Amino acid sequence: MRDALREALHEEMERDDSIIVLGEDVITHGGPYAVTRGLDEKFPGRIRQTPISEAGIVGTALGAALCGMRPVAEVMYVDFATCAMDEVVNQMAKVRYMFGGQTDVPVVLRLPSGSARLLAAQHSQCLEAWFLHVPGLQVVVPSTAYDAKGLMKTALRGKDPVLFMEYKRLYTNECEVPDEDYAIPFGQADVKREGGDVTIVATGPMVPKALEAADLLSPEGIEVEVVDTRTLVPFDKATVFASVEKTNRVIVTDEEVKRGGTSAEIASLIAEECFDALDAPVKRVAAAEVPMPFSPELEKLVVPKTEHLVAAARELVG
Amino acid sequence: MALLRVFEERAAEQYMLGKIRGFLHLYIGQEAVAVGAIHALGRDDYVTTHYRDHGHALARGLSVNAVMAELFGKATGCSKGMGGSMHLFDASLNFAGGYAIVAGHLPLSTGMGFAFNYLNDNRLVATFFGDGALNEGEAHEVLNMSALWNLPVVFICENNLYGMGIPLSQSMSNTQLHKMAESYGIASAQVDGMDVLAVREAAETAVQHVRSGNGPYFLEARTYRFRGHSMADPVLYRSKDEEAEYRKLDPIAQYGEWLLSSKMATQKKLDAISAEVEKQVEESIAFAEESPFPSPEDLYRNVYAQLP
Repeated sequence: MRDALREALHEEMERDDSIIVLGEDVITHGGPYAVTRGLDEKFPGRIRQTPISEAGIVGTALGAALCGMRPVAEVMYVDFATCAMDEVVNQMAKVRYMFGGQTDVPVVLRLPSGSARLLAAQHSQCLEAWFLHVPGLQVVVPSTAYDAKGLMKTALRGKDPVLFMEYKRLYTNECEVPDEDYAIPFGQADVKREGGDVTIVATGPMVPKALEAADLLSPEGIEVEVVDTRTLVPFDKATVFASVEKTNRVIVTDEEVKRGGTSAEIASLIAEECFDALDAPVKRVAAAEVPMPFSPELEKLVVPKTEHLVAAARELVG
Repeated sequence: MALLRVFEERAAEQYMLGKIRGFLHLYIGQEAVAVGAIHALGRDDYVTTHYRDHGHALARGLSVNAVMAELFGKATGCSKGMGGSMHLFDASLNFAGGYAIVAGHLPLSTGMGFAFNYLNDNRLVATFFGDGALNEGEAHEVLNMSALWNLPVVFICENNLYGMGIPLSQSMSNTQLHKMAESYGIASAQVDGMDVLAVREAAETAVQHVRSGNGPYFLEARTYRFRGHSMADPVLYRSKDEEAEYRKLDPIAQYGEWLLSSKMATQKKLDAISAEVEKQVEESIAFAEESPFPSPEDLYRNVYAQLP
């Protein structure tokens, strides 16, 4: 996925002079996950390394966007977005609306998210739920390299602020990525696997786990349909509801803390608008409600696993 | 300045009548800063400011009707009724807002400077903020960044000696605010914010410095607001004697006296100006009264570029 993201940035930066990248260490290492590695040589002056000033970085990106540029700002870990919350929530999300629509806000914020190799409480969070709660922001969560490239291209061509969640554990995801230009529109979920018995509505790193669960359940005669949400705002209700109507049983899953997480919102939508199609209550599989502990034996207990999805599916069907 | 003063006084009246609601932060007493400084800018330069923004908007040339209508929450307001008193905006005049978070607009103003620097197009951004804004961390982040990157930002600190109810000496370890900016390597100066000619001259120096590619400039304008922080403020934190002392320095009275004594204007001319601005503001109130509110269909407009 990291190469796909770099390709998206590269191709769009060739196409559009107004795109620049801002962030900490984005030149030196290409960022801690090497997404921007090498871009500085290809586009000198367009990759800007910043001091450790998240509010300054995000605010600078916003101001430049209000003057016709297309900045891509990296906040090294989504956990650090807390240092820029005013910029994201009070400024970026609101300037179009509170000024009566007089300005576009073409900012992309790249936000590495999720658990990865024992990074502990302040480097492991998933915070989509905070941002999907704020009108004016778009929230994008690719699960594959193919989706990442296509969604990043759409982000870089839009007029609204995008919070692009890059799951650290998915940077190594590999799949076929076409050379030709393609962009994936926002608001289009993707049925990654068809099945008639249980729907798993999955986001981000839970998508590959949902597919694994499906493979484990198929020999038992349980066919799982996996719907990858891809974008949380705008959200594709139609695809999700169509699947629920087909299978009548649904699990919603993501890696966020379960309480108040994205799955809570999706589950509510399904319960409110798809009730008649349901043969069982909506189940959620998400992370334990704790800060991320360091110790390896404990981290394993926090992040939802394939086996939890398998167990949930068996319960729904059984 | 006369326009600003009359506008604010009449807006206060409309507020008491319940025609303007929510928050109203009056610029009375500080007129020389907005007027003097904005006169030093070019048409293509950008202006951003805090929530006490009516003065800056009018000085920048926004229509009096559109500003009053915005305060009334009408669809004909400069922000289509979606922002109100604290969020005035006019893209055609490069008046880029009206922001309610103390120091919240400083990073994005720095971003505008970043864009102008990147595009190498000789524009600059003048960003107004109060003494209280320097209490906030993000102000310091962007003072550092703008100096580091040599950005064309004119930082104009309207030091009216109070951050809401907190006197400057109780919130800032260094009350010489322009000296604080100097410590970041930013050229800076302090000016008497009650003297419109001094402000304009100081702003011209700042603009010249910035446009010549020398990086940001920090101008501390010492001023005073004659009314409270907002209409809701009972002003218990300063004495009437202090207010009376500062009223003697009224920027409009000062400038009027100078015009008369230097024979640049006659009393008759000054009276004509007073009458004219009264009329403009009166008409704006009628305009605001007669304008429609936004309709329910407008509620979801402009959350995103397109309706979902």
